[in-house]
Amino acid sequence: MTEKTVSIYRSMKDLPSTHLLGTGTPMCAGCGGLEALNQLYDIIGDKSVFVNAAGCMTLLSVYPFTPFRGSWLYTSMASAPAGAQGVRDALDILMQKQRMNAAEDMQVVVLTGDGSAYGMGLSATSGAIERDLDFLYICYDNEGYGNTGQQFSAATPHGAKTSTSTGPRGYPGFKKDLFAIWAAHKPAYVATVVGAEPVDLARKIEKAMSLKGPRMLIALSPCPTGWEYDPRETVSIGKLAVKTGIWPLKEYIDGQVVHTKVPRERKPVEDYLMLQGRYRHLFEPQRNDELIADIQARVDRYWNKLDQ
Amino acid sequence: MTRKLLTGNGAAALGARLAATDYIPAFPITPQTEIIETLSGWIDRGEMDARMVTMESEHSMVTAAAAAAASGIRVFSATSSQGLLYGMEMLYTVSGWRAPFVLVNVSRGLASPITLEPDHNDIMSARDSGFLQLHCATCQEVLDSTLMAFRLAEDERIRLPVIVNMDGFYLSFTREPVEVPDLETAQMFVGEYDCENIRFRASAPVSQAVAVLGGAPYSYFRYETHLAAQNGLAVYEQLSVEFAAQFGREYPAIEAYQCDDADIVFVMLGSFATKAQAAVDQLRKAGNKVGLLRPRLFRPFPAELFRRLLAGKAGVAVIDQNISMGMGGVLHSELAAALYGHPQAPPQLLSFIGGLGGRDISLEEFFEIAEVTRNAVAQKQTPPPRLLYTEQELREMRKLQAVARVERDELNNSGAVKND
Repeated sequence: MTEKTVSIYRSMKDLPSTHLLGTGTPMCAGCGGLEALNQLYDIIGDKSVFVNAAGCMTLLSVYPFTPFRGSWLYTSMASAPAGAQGVRDALDILMQKQRMNAAEDMQVVVLTGDGSAYGMGLSATSGAIERDLDFLYICYDNEGYGNTGQQFSAATPHGAKTSTSTGPRGYPGFKKDLFAIWAAHKPAYVATVVGAEPVDLARKIEKAMSLKGPRMLIALSPCPTGWEYDPRETVSIGKLAVKTGIWPLKEYIDGQVVHTKVPRERKPVEDYLMLQGRYRHLFEPQRNDELIADIQARVDRYWNKLDQ
Repeated sequence: MTRKLLTGNGAAALGARLAATDYIPAFPITPQTEIIETLSGWIDRGEMDARMVTMESEHSMVTAAAAAAASGIRVFSATSSQGLLYGMEMLYTVSGWRAPFVLVNVSRGLASPITLEPDHNDIMSARDSGFLQLHCATCQEVLDSTLMAFRLAEDERIRLPVIVNMDGFYLSFTREPVEVPDLETAQMFVGEYDCENIRFRASAPVSQAVAVLGGAPYSYFRYETHLAAQNGLAVYEQLSVEFAAQFGREYPAIEAYQCDDADIVFVMLGSFATKAQAAVDQLRKAGNKVGLLRPRLFRPFPAELFRRLLAGKAGVAVIDQNISMGMGGVLHSELAAALYGHPQAPPQLLSFIGGLGGRDISLEEFFEIAEVTRNAVAQKQTPPPRLLYTEQELREMRKLQAVARVERDELNNSGAVKND
């Protein structure tokens, strides 16, 4: 399907006006991950089993409460996709042996943070894609081990201060390209989303729900506590991540990568960086022009390559 | 009922098939691999109505097994040694899901040094995981225990995963005549799995394995799991009576051999206990009143039954095929905990370590163990734990070391390796 002809989500007006996910969770105020999950869950619906890996969102379901209207299974940090395999296979076996009515079937959804998705859980994810498991995978990517106080992870961007990269140049490594790693497995669908772009997000989860096989979403999740900004800035930081070109919104389907929202005139990356405490060392006490230019150059290189 | 020559691995696979297993998450590891190869062959030829999925690790394998069990189907899996340890985080995790399934462990010594041959350090590491444990000494027992394990795991008073343990090579690859029950009788015994509320269904959403805040709810759920495991003692008793009535084979929680009039008793787990059994016969011929206890049920630990069977004995020699570094044999400590302070407890409880990495325990050594135990009884003094090793073995070891030295010196002298 192509989104232009079939998607029911053309503008904000088309999005659900009430949320399915319950309120009062222990997520931080302004959590960009929860912002994305709220929107995703509205479209996934309650006929779902969320298979969770250790991370911030493990605390969504604390006995005896859960914000989910559907089901939930907590597994471990490394093996949520394997948990999804067990649930999916069991439901298929039950239907095949006519021990369960098809009306009782559910979407199986893996929910992990970037710590699991980019690192410890990557082997289990690779295995699940390779087995062509019919599941949704949602990674809320707050670019660090957020639940333990924002130590750097394989998703941390170059130069960011984390609680384990506190030096004047921040994190020396580079954010791993998980989109490309996932796409290299040739799953049914891979997309990047951000809660601050709800229509783009809605179209992508709508598309993912219409497909079978491994369907993977990475949601950039601005994190007030880890990225050090006021919680009310979550939406504007998410929008700036897209407008500066730092977080390309794209999807992989049928072997093609398509950018779904191309910023024609990209804002300078420092508009995005300067709002966040994790980049304050780039501006104070002295401005680090070299590192800012380096970050800008990497973003420019990404988009220039696409134009060719 | 037919009689067949089966390896322990073949017997385990057949147990899973006769129990009408729905689902088998798998991962190959020596010496277990034959189990999953056998099951895979049956499934591929349409002889078994089950689904197998090869996972990318044992950690994922245990997760998938438990997640499927938590969705309400009958699940079987198998592993060994390093694989069991690789999955260990999930062993501890999934027992708390209270989703029953059966895992066969083919015991193999742990690295380092790496080896393929058997001992029990792998299975002992799962001791506190919440999985119940059945230990086998024959291929017949492997088949029968696999059937019993499903009943035990799925019993509504328990609802815990169960490990069936057998020794690598000695059982896994050894062919023995095995009485194979017909499918109908086996399925009548195992019954259909009624998952009740342990399942995921669209019309009845549940949250499983959620977090808790604070020690009180945490303790509550942990105690519940412990008490469920303890229920295993009574359930096992009933089950073994039922099994004997159905199949004519008796499997008490602790198998006692020549114990009634014995003053010295050996205690051992697994297939190496058959060596002890042969030694008991020889010792008795030589006029020694020696007996043998072999616990089949290790978790829950049949402490009360041990106390009863050992009441009034003069001395007990626990021969552990495992070693807890800095402490000694695990079964020895368990037995000490069960016996301590009980008025009828044997005054002498000795510890011997043997059979590590498949090392043989000879008849002479069993005679020596009996002798050392008898001396301890006479002198009323318990010797320190004894690590079984013969002069002959030490001499062979010295030869290997000599070869290693010669080769190293050769390399050093030729200048290939820097000598520092």
